[in-house]
Amino acid sequence: MTFGSLIATPSDLTDTASSKCAIVMMTRIRLARNLASHRFPGRASPDERAEIRAACRQTIGSLPLMQPAYDLAISDLSDLQKQILVERHLISRELSASPDGAAAMISGDQTCSVMINEEDHLRIQFLRAGFQLKKTWAAINAFDTAIEDALEYAFSPTLGYLTACPTNVGTGLRASAMMHLPALVIGGHMEKVVRAVNQLGIVVRGQFGEGSDASGSIFQISNQTTLGESEEQIIKRLSAVLSSIVEHELNARARLIENDSSKLFDKIGRAYGILQNAHLLTSSEAMNLLSLVRLGIDLGIFPDSGRPLVDRLFIESQPGHIQNNAGQAQIEPALRDTLRAAQTRAAFADFAPPNFIPAIEEPPPEPDTAPSQN
Amino acid sequence: MANQLKCVSCGKPATVHFTQILNNKVHKVDLCEACAQEKGITTLAGFELPLDLFPPKATSEPTASAPESGLTLRCEKCGFTEADFKKTGRFGCPHCYETFKQMLGPMLDGMHKGTAHTGKVPRHAAARKEYHDRLSQLELTLASAIKDERYEDAARYRDEIAQVKQTYGKQEAAS
Ligand SMILES: [Zn+2]
Ligand SMILES: [Zn+2]
Repeated sequence: MTFGSLIATPSDLTDTASSKCAIVMMTRIRLARNLASHRFPGRASPDERAEIRAACRQTIGSLPLMQPAYDLAISDLSDLQKQILVERHLISRELSASPDGAAAMISGDQTCSVMINEEDHLRIQFLRAGFQLKKTWAAINAFDTAIEDALEYAFSPTLGYLTACPTNVGTGLRASAMMHLPALVIGGHMEKVVRAVNQLGIVVRGQFGEGSDASGSIFQISNQTTLGESEEQIIKRLSAVLSSIVEHELNARARLIENDSSKLFDKIGRAYGILQNAHLLTSSEAMNLLSLVRLGIDLGIFPDSGRPLVDRLFIESQPGHIQNNAGQAQIEPALRDTLRAAQTRAAFADFAPPNFIPAIEEPPPEPDTAPSQN
Repeated sequence: MANQLKCVSCGKPATVHFTQILNNKVHKVDLCEACAQEKGITTLAGFELPLDLFPPKATSEPTASAPESGLTLRCEKCGFTEADFKKTGRFGCPHCYETFKQMLGPMLDGMHKGTAHTGKVPRHAAARKEYHDRLSQLELTLASAIKDERYEDAARYRDEIAQVKQTYGKQEAAS
């Protein structure tokens, strides 16, 4: 399959977005795996990396899930194409900067991607819309077992799957959820949440991983440790933390509505107005406005049918996607802001106007400790 | 901490303080109003966060203090040295885990929930391990039988070894 068709196809993640994905937008599980008989990519020669890629490619390309698949050598991709893959969470920034031999195999529906010769020989990743850690684990576990039928993994009975970095050794598993937490951000509670979950061995990052900011109030929340617990235990622990964050976010929303609904509705109404009428939008401004409209959808201010559009715009407002839609090799950031605004204006032209009445109908329940003040 | 925080981007006095958690380490990002705006951090009112909400944890846990003995470990498979590991934080090959075992133990202890793998075991690796364990056990008994001149037993063990090898070969071919 060609790269062009990958870009033209919206990711399954945004297409299927529904109210089930309200707070946990996306679930992702990644497994780090290495071949027993080779040096890790960082230490391997270009020839060895080519050998590694050939071996992995043959095995993975033959799996049912990969019919059809995008089979991409990083060195064949332009900077723009690599950026688009990063914006879609299909490859990492590290892979896009990796030398020869770095490659990616992506399933046709873009829910499975395997990075080859990143930090480890294989970084297998499964993505699902919504809060689906268990299902995602079942799927990636089966896929991994099928690979192991043909390739001999570096594995130690005592240390588990051996990885280039000892922080990934053991299960090699990183499970994460992309969460939309606007009320915790607006209420200024995010730092407390970060600190609390951090003590439970759970890490919070920005939407695009390490070093990215939190525009759009979107956070990636994942397990920190990989050794000493089974995959199921890690997933269970993370699930519990995610559920508790969901609860905190719902409570923060209820409090915003109860204490200062004018302020909240004003933000949401203005966000809608700007998205519908702006002529210049930076990507982070667009993200923050989309985040407010998305919160409006959750609160019943906008119809749920608007969700897939908003979730798609989160991705398509990223610089690489804007540049690609422009159809030119290189555009200035200022022109990008113009094009981004044009895109959101067009997308929001027919978007139902806000209806602020139903939002107060059913606020989520207060936690048991705080009696209602009515 | 006592001096005026400066914007990491342009060096002017910082007024916006943003915390990121990377690799379980707290990174404070201090920005001036203009740079923060540019990065979109202040666009949501209420996102300015008081610094003291997040006191820094004890920094830099000592990772496997280097015994300056002049003896440097070197992986026989990939040539990686302890210095290479200290520099990159990565190993060179799977065998490095064996080579740097001593140094690794205390490091893993601080890094993870435990020091032993309790998760998934690859099917083939499990079969392979079982096979190698069985084989080495049989070879030991065979050796001791020969040593004790119990030749009938030895012959039996030899047959058994051949059979184990054959069965394993068939299993591998079939899967
Ligand atoms: Zn500045
Ligand atoms: Zn090595």
